[in-house]
Amino acid sequence: MLPNRAAVEGVADQMALAEVKGRSLWADARIRFFRNRAAVISLVMLGLVAAFALFGGMFAQYEPDFVNFSLIGSNAYLGVPSIETGHYFGTDSNGRDLFARTAMGTGISLMVGVVGALVAVIVGTLYGATAGYYGGRVDGIMMRIVDVLMSIPFMFVLILMLVIFGRSIFMLFLGIGLISWLDMARIARGQTLTIKNKEFVEVAVATGVRPSKIILRHIVPNLLGIVIVYATLLVPNMIIFESFISFLGLGVQEPATSLGALINEGSRTMQFGYMWQISFPLFFFVLTIFAFFFVGDGLRDALDPKDR
Amino acid sequence: MLSFVVRRLAVAIPTLLILVILSFILMYAAPGGPFNSERPLPPEVLANIEAKYGLDQPFWKQIVNYVSGVVTSFDFGPSFQYKDRSVNDVIAQGFPVTLTYGFWSFVVAVTIGVSLGVAAAIKQNTWIDYFAVGISIGAQVLPNFVMAPILLLVFTLWLGWLPGGGWSGGQWQFLIMPVIALSTSYMASIARITRSSMLEVLNTNFIRTAQAKGLPMRRVIWRHAMKPTILPVLSYLGPAFVGMITGSVIIDVFFSTGGIGQFFVNSAFNRDYSVIMGITILVGTLTILFNLVVDILYAWIDPKIRY
Repeated sequence: MLPNRAAVEGVADQMALAEVKGRSLWADARIRFFRNRAAVISLVMLGLVAAFALFGGMFAQYEPDFVNFSLIGSNAYLGVPSIETGHYFGTDSNGRDLFARTAMGTGISLMVGVVGALVAVIVGTLYGATAGYYGGRVDGIMMRIVDVLMSIPFMFVLILMLVIFGRSIFMLFLGIGLISWLDMARIARGQTLTIKNKEFVEVAVATGVRPSKIILRHIVPNLLGIVIVYATLLVPNMIIFESFISFLGLGVQEPATSLGALINEGSRTMQFGYMWQISFPLFFFVLTIFAFFFVGDGLRDALDPKDR
Repeated sequence: MLSFVVRRLAVAIPTLLILVILSFILMYAAPGGPFNSERPLPPEVLANIEAKYGLDQPFWKQIVNYVSGVVTSFDFGPSFQYKDRSVNDVIAQGFPVTLTYGFWSFVVAVTIGVSLGVAAAIKQNTWIDYFAVGISIGAQVLPNFVMAPILLLVFTLWLGWLPGGGWSGGQWQFLIMPVIALSTSYMASIARITRSSMLEVLNTNFIRTAQAKGLPMRRVIWRHAMKPTILPVLSYLGPAFVGMITGSVIIDVFFSTGGIGQFFVNSAFNRDYSVIMGITILVGTLTILFNLVVDILYAWIDPKIRY
């Protein structure tokens, strides 16, 4: 009557085998992501851009705010990109080294993007999860607030704020933080609505776990996949947003710079033939935005089971 | 339907009020008044000027005056920098320009975007599809402030076909580059949304039924597939409108078209608070009204929405 030993061991072996072959959700996602060639190439590109932003300044022969007075007015033949002079990307119209400035601008643009996305992740996720978890009237009021905020053209309000309180990186971050979380809150809420009826949440409720803990311990970790995807797609939007303001001359203050400010300066001098002044910043801008979009797309295919 | 419109209005009006009050508080909280300059005015003169603009009154009185002025007679008050004109004059001068190229940009983005998306979906995996997808991916990284310099470089500096800026009462030569620069990235997004939406609709049962009945493909597309396809596009139009109206600032600055964006940025540098506020409120009102129209259209087209 007892199952024979060999069969039991066979089953055990099978189980051990299954365990070896079993893949977690994340491992599965990783495999799917690395199968996507465009996403992987973009990831490498992003790594290179980040390395350029971090370490480019070390290789530059000049400081980003060093003004080479002897070059002013003779940009057309002395400020040309060349290895010999040490101005790898040439100089800008003020005689400053464009290589160092592009590295700096890329760094600031990346930072703005990442900070915006971080705010979105933290505030948006918690806000959306709270609204979705409590539901009912709380949900109604919280999401109506998001609707109201969304229908305000924030770029104008932000410029108004920058003018009134003075321009600084802090104000820029504050302004970007103010808007970036809205979409994320909606997404997190929608996802929470489907999660909160799952058994493990019911168990937590039944055992008397506090709502705040349920949200943090049980709901938010399950939102992570979708949150990561949208955070990645948010980064380029935030970079575009910041570049927009800097393009108007209302963003980052001199001597600091960002890609938007550099593109603005370059676009003013391109008619005189200083093409390098726009092309290098533009190249890094387009590369960064492209790479983030493709990585985000790859992550969505890997992590968001709905879209497959 | 009527109750839906009323309810939607009931949300829109407080939103507008919040916007007006918020921007007024921001302005009020500004450190230093609008008349503080490097050469300080004698206190008596300053007091006189502030009395003229009503800045000496208590906060609540100022805000009530301002809000009631805006709400009852669309009066945004005088400009703080130019004594000879009010904010309304500035808007009257700049707004028609913005409206002209904004309107054309919107038309271009929607018509080309939708037709490109539909064509790509119907001819999926042909060169038309790849072309449309390629364009929409490429245009994603070309926001207006990148498009504008590129267009200027190609069409004005290299080819010399189009004037590099100005308005001249809105002749077509002056309209082309602003419209292209403003509409490209939204056209791309609309094309992408239309394509994926159309593909989804084409796989549904009712389309198969329509085809099985032997309806010609053109009729299936126009009569049956178009309506559900357009819904996601419609809900994108709200954000697109906000984006375009924001982008008009870049267009005005870059092409010197003289729309409200130019006044907006100039006032931002001059700290001309009343003009900035007036334009912010105008733009906010337009956005909220536009969203209202889109919502009502959506409810009208989508049979699944109950109101």
